[in-house]
Amino acid sequence: MDTLVYGLVTGIFFGFFLQKGRVVRYDKQVGALLLKDMTILKFMLTTIIVGMVGIHLLHDMGLVRFRVIPLTFGPNLIGGLLFGVGWGFVGYCPGTVGGALGEGRWDALWAILGMLAGAALYAEAFPLLRDNVLTWGRFEVRTLPQLLGLSHWVVIPVFVVGIIYLFKWFEKKNL
Amino acid sequence: MQTEDKGWNPYVAGALSGLVLVLSVVIAGQLFGSATSYVRTVGMIEYAIDPDRVEELEYFRRVVPKIDWQWMFVVGIFLGSLVSSLTSNSFKAQAVPDLWKGRFGADPMKRGVVAFLGGIVAMFGARMASGCPSGHGLSGVSQLALSGLLAMTGFFIGGIVVAQLLYRQGGKG
Repeated sequence: MDTLVYGLVTGIFFGFFLQKGRVVRYDKQVGALLLKDMTILKFMLTTIIVGMVGIHLLHDMGLVRFRVIPLTFGPNLIGGLLFGVGWGFVGYCPGTVGGALGEGRWDALWAILGMLAGAALYAEAFPLLRDNVLTWGRFEVRTLPQLLGLSHWVVIPVFVVGIIYLFKWFEKKNL
Repeated sequence: MQTEDKGWNPYVAGALSGLVLVLSVVIAGQLFGSATSYVRTVGMIEYAIDPDRVEELEYFRRVVPKIDWQWMFVVGIFLGSLVSSLTSNSFKAQAVPDLWKGRFGADPMKRGVVAFLGGIVAMFGARMASGCPSGHGLSGVSQLALSGLLAMTGFFIGGIVVAQLLYRQGGKG
């Protein structure tokens, strides 16, 4: 029961900040894909910087456990590209589409119905994919620090500095 | 630029979301994710119609149709955005986004069909990739996961190509 309450409260805060950042709407999502308005990237990458530093700090203090999705090259990349193609048309993603509906964008309802249909279709197709695509390029290594053989405290600063330079460039170009 | 419609600076809103993510991991042991909840939801709907069919499908044994932390999280996103928009005068009932209208016209049916079909493809891809921009993007990349970095690259390449095809030919974009 507590778990469900935590889920709801966490979602409310996240949805609140997503709406405040103006990232849930179609114009902002597709604006980023058109490389004209980087609002959603500014939001996402800032969330990632804070999350990355926070989660790794807490992990080193033994307070949290990682839950890393295994690297399977084929499905991660092909599924990722497929998602991207759909995203370009729908202009919403599964997390933010509820937020778009919350601020009155009715077309989000069509998107949600489509996503439910896509999930149903995937459940039907799963037996066909299971022993094919889903097994292509499975790796034991899961994280970038593991792959590079470096401490995460070497990788994280490089990441953060790279993102800050990207932000500077966005602001310079007024994106 | 980013404050033209009285929203918050996206860096500030994004940083606060990052704090929510970190607190969620500490307090509830939960990272962000969304797409799995669509599988659970459709499983619950199908179960109400034809429970035998749901029990036959292996995928619904792996992703059990039930309400869990993430399902409530996705509902919470709707509520949080509703509260935020209603209390800041930014709620706007709109059937066709402005950008879409400028390129493809104001027909809500046309927009609805494309949103529906795009939703199907996006969710199928998200399931194949084992995550969406919240699971792979925010949670995955925060953990420096290779799967997350790879999927994120796919999300943006696919999305950029389609958006360019839709808007760059003759449209103002």
